Amino acid sequence: MSQAKPIITFENVTKRFGKLAAVDDVSLTVNEGEFFALLGPSGCGKTTLLRMLAGFEVPTEGRILIDGQDVSNTPPNKRPINMVFQSYAVFPHMTVADNVAYGLVVDKVAKAERDRRVEEALSLVQLDGLGGRKPDQLSGGQRQRVALARALVKRPRVLLLDEPLSALDAKLRAQMRTELCTLQEKVGITFIMVTHDQDEALALASRCAVMNKGVLQQVASPNDLYEFPSSRFVADFIGQVNLFEGVLAVDEQDHAVIRAPDLPVDLFLDHGVTGARGATLWAAIRPEKIELHKKTGETPPNLGDAPAGTNAVAGVIRHEAYLGGSSTYEVEIAGGRRIKVQRSNLTRWDQEDFALGETVWLCWHACSPAVLLS
Amino acid sequence: MEQSWKQAKAVFAAALAAPLAWLVVFFVAPMVIVWAFSFGQNQGLTEIAISGTFHNYARAIAPLYLQIFLKSAWVAGLTTALCLVLGFPVALAITFAADRAKTWLLLLIMLPFWTNLLIRTYALIAVLRTEGYVNMGLEWLWKGGGALAALVGLKPLGAFQPLELLHNNFAVVLGLVYVHLPFMVLPLYAALDRLDRSLLEASLDLGAGHLRTLLRVVVPLALPGIASGVLITFIPALGAYLTPDLLGGPDSQMIANVIERQFKRANDWPFGAALSFVLMYLTFIAVAIQAVLAKRTPEARG
Ligand SMILES: Nc1ncnc2c1ncn2[C@@H]1O[C@H](COP(=O)(O)OP(=O)(O)OP(=O)(O)O)[C@@H](O)[C@H]1O
Ligand SMILES: [Mg+2]
Repeated sequence: MSQAKPIITFENVTKRFGKLAAVDDVSLTVNEGEFFALLGPSGCGKTTLLRMLAGFEVPTEGRILIDGQDVSNTPPNKRPINMVFQSYAVFPHMTVADNVAYGLVVDKVAKAERDRRVEEALSLVQLDGLGGRKPDQLSGGQRQRVALARALVKRPRVLLLDEPLSALDAKLRAQMRTELCTLQEKVGITFIMVTHDQDEALALASRCAVMNKGVLQQVASPNDLYEFPSSRFVADFIGQVNLFEGVLAVDEQDHAVIRAPDLPVDLFLDHGVTGARGATLWAAIRPEKIELHKKTGETPPNLGDAPAGTNAVAGVIRHEAYLGGSSTYEVEIAGGRRIKVQRSNLTRWDQEDFALGETVWLCWHACSPAVLLS
Repeated sequence: MEQSWKQAKAVFAAALAAPLAWLVVFFVAPMVIVWAFSFGQNQGLTEIAISGTFHNYARAIAPLYLQIFLKSAWVAGLTTALCLVLGFPVALAITFAADRAKTWLLLLIMLPFWTNLLIRTYALIAVLRTEGYVNMGLEWLWKGGGALAALVGLKPLGAFQPLELLHNNFAVVLGLVYVHLPFMVLPLYAALDRLDRSLLEASLDLGAGHLRTLLRVVVPLALPGIASGVLITFIPALGAYLTPDLLGGPDSQMIANVIERQFKRANDWPFGAALSFVLMYLTFIAVAIQAVLAKRTPEARG
């Protein structure tokens, strides 16, 4: 990503449907060869953003640049972009092979070459031998893959994917994810993918954007998005999180203390916070960053990076869910607040078996909470 | 819902009884009588003896009448083709019009249905006759052109010869197209309107232009609608009576006019009945063809 060359630029793009701003003042750059994911709750404007890029909607305000060229007046069929539609949009009157060949026929690709590429695209999405079928003889997932093959076979500069894997079962989905990833690396096409599935976004994308109500919330690498969310919305939307509202009690160069009414102890941070003393802010701690210990005595465990009496609290396990690789617990602390904790199942039978109703210590490192100002 | 309907057979039968009786008394029974007539012959002025003869059918398909059947089919076919050519763009335009305009446009299409056919036909006569609006307009243009020619010093154009627009085959086809256009537009619109828009977008997205999208995606998917539009136009056009009667000349009579003459002036009911049934068989054939076509085209849904 060092020689980042922008291929797509949104400049203050707004799209209104009547009064509703489906996309609200979005500025965004996607680089050549990137795998870019667009995340957000239903109705937040993801599809609208893609449709503007593909040329099916005209921005109410702002500009979209492809390769530095303003494409406001470029019709969809003249853009070096192909889209996999959320509704698949597979032509029902054509066979699978004809569907995939459609874009190549338009491009006047010779028959032999065309057949070869169609074959190749179909085997890429594991639909070998189904070329003669009609779409109504396919399952939803198969139709989705036809749509994918149909767009891929054109080898566009940018491929837009509107929830391309939503109709697939977990296994095929994982397989297609890997396929997409390899494919993307192999052909070097820029991918922009909309997804509801954060795991998918985090696993595939080189960068992710999170949207809410038409507004871009944060654009970052998956790692940064998860570990350094910019707002409560992002922290909450990506993965699980425990949010504590509090005020900044101490703010020094090398440490800070947040006092949260929900917590009986202070939150100690090993870094300073850029915020006014006494300002309201939020500490976000991911469940897997909280350690669970048997309560054997009155002294809480000290992880060694926070003063005694901070970053550790006692509670009672109220809920437990075994997820295979890990287990999640809900622990109720003094004052009634429940805290989510996740613990890896490192051994096949747990020496430290935590039972419902058991009293435990929760503690976390001074670097674990993310401080959010909004 | 469906289950309960099936169980409540009595209710179902009761609900069905009235329309069924109506159909039998006013549709099936007269049809059977006319059908029986077609195998009979006149005896005296009013008596018809049903003798089981095929004589009437033999006459009906004799060259003289076969020619009129063929001509009717040709006129109806031409009318249908013109309606399709004119109606498709109209249906397309309505489909893609803004929602509010759509209602008004559909209303406009259906507006002629609210006026009696006879009145509409006479209105058309007023437009087409020698002193009609078309000829008046043309004459005005002609005179204007003549004045202009005189102004720049060219030879004068001579007297205006009004066009013969009425009482010929042209007028019949024009009148039939005018009357049947809504029959074509409405099924076409219904088919186009339920077409999944994302299919058109997918076609554009894959690089196709509008014309290719129209020919490769819109038309194939609208095929069931086109078939029903063609049928629903062709059948009434084939049996058209009023339009050729009022707008046509001596050589533009269609089969319905001949049938009418048998029942009225010629007072040959058996022969009229036979002609009617030949016409009906032709209609059945058209319906059968449509049914076969409809089976072959896939559902236009994604
Ligand atoms: N053509 C349209 N006319 C009016 N409103 C629209 C139109 N298209 C989208 N919207 C509205 O714009 C908002 C954003 O829609 P969009 O389809 O972009 O959401 P999305 O993020 O793709 O949602 P999902 O994840 O459910 O697909 C929604 O509130 C939607 O109702
Ligand atoms: Mg969407």
